[in-house]
Amino acid sequence: MILLRLFYEFFMTGLFAVGGGLATLPFLERISEKTGWFTRQTLIDMIAVSEATPGPIGINMATYVGYVTAGIPGAVVASIAEALPSLAIVLIMARFLKAFASHPTVKAVFYGIRPASVGMIAAAGFGVLKVALLDIPAYEASRSALDLFQWKGLILAAVLAVVLNVKKWRIHPALAIAASAVIGIVFRF
Amino acid sequence: MREACFILNNQLDNNLDNQSGGRSRKRFDVRLDLFLTFCKIGGLTFGGGYAMLPMLQREVVEGRQWATEAEIMDYYAIGQCLPGLIAVNVAVFTGNKVRGPLGGICAALGVVFPSMIVITAIAAFLTSFAELAAVQSAFAGIRVCVLVLIANAIMKLRKASLVDWRTTALFAAVFLLSILTKISPIAYVVAAALLGALIQYFAARGRQTS
Repeated sequence: MILLRLFYEFFMTGLFAVGGGLATLPFLERISEKTGWFTRQTLIDMIAVSEATPGPIGINMATYVGYVTAGIPGAVVASIAEALPSLAIVLIMARFLKAFASHPTVKAVFYGIRPASVGMIAAAGFGVLKVALLDIPAYEASRSALDLFQWKGLILAAVLAVVLNVKKWRIHPALAIAASAVIGIVFRF
Repeated sequence: MREACFILNNQLDNNLDNQSGGRSRKRFDVRLDLFLTFCKIGGLTFGGGYAMLPMLQREVVEGRQWATEAEIMDYYAIGQCLPGLIAVNVAVFTGNKVRGPLGGICAALGVVFPSMIVITAIAAFLTSFAELAAVQSAFAGIRVCVLVLIANAIMKLRKASLVDWRTTALFAAVFLLSILTKISPIAYVVAAALLGALIQYFAARGRQTS
């Protein structure tokens, strides 16, 4: 029975949360208040685990909450239920787009949407930059520009920017991520 | 990871060889390939749906050639405005393009699968996983890498999207507003769509009069 309710709650989350994984957070908070399946502390742990593990954050959060609520079946039900509305909506949308893709108005619309999409991706990248390369609390404490940057991170970023752009090597992103994890541990980032 | 996928792929191929005839096997293979490729992409994504972009470019655009850079950008733009997780939305769009609705389902299952395994294992055995000092250090390193990967991904997208000064200005405006304000992504996409239509409309009219 709890699985059915779990399915319902996550299906509704997937149906109404617009804007990606973190946009589901307010919905998860409401589920927590309404049902008492998990606590706010679990939600905070969940964000930490979801960000520190492979997999898109939104799916990780659903799996984690589902597991805490109802074990492995709960994890499966919550992730599938959250993905189902996407599946249905995107399939309908894709059919619509295919039918109108060559229409001049649709082309003009995408001429405008593409740069906006890249702008939003760049803004998300800037969010990562603030966490990965800057140390704002330390800067606010000392007001010294030297404390603003995480120097180890900055050096790693510079090295990666060079190495990943050597066309001849074509280094796979996964290899770069694994190497960065090892460097993070060895140099105590 | 790549080797593991390859071996799994081969084993499944062999099993299928024994079970079914040539033509249906070929069709099934693409779906299996979609599932496995998106498994790989999901398993290598650290962060939100955006962190998936570099893997998508490598695996889907350059490797499998299932979609172009421009199409991936469209999927992201529309995926943002639709309800649901961006990662799943983009996966379904790609899968659907390659092999219809069933392809979309395979891609969605693939992108969800690694999370289920990893998170369940962590929730079951390592409750304090995220607090471990080594995990935090490793993730601090990974974040730097994700940042560089996203920057590279954007440089690749630039060619297909920033085609003139108008689109470059639009990019800069959306970037700055996203950083400085909390306006919903839907507003940007709707406004950009209208602007795009208007710009092209007046450009077409300008050509007619001159």
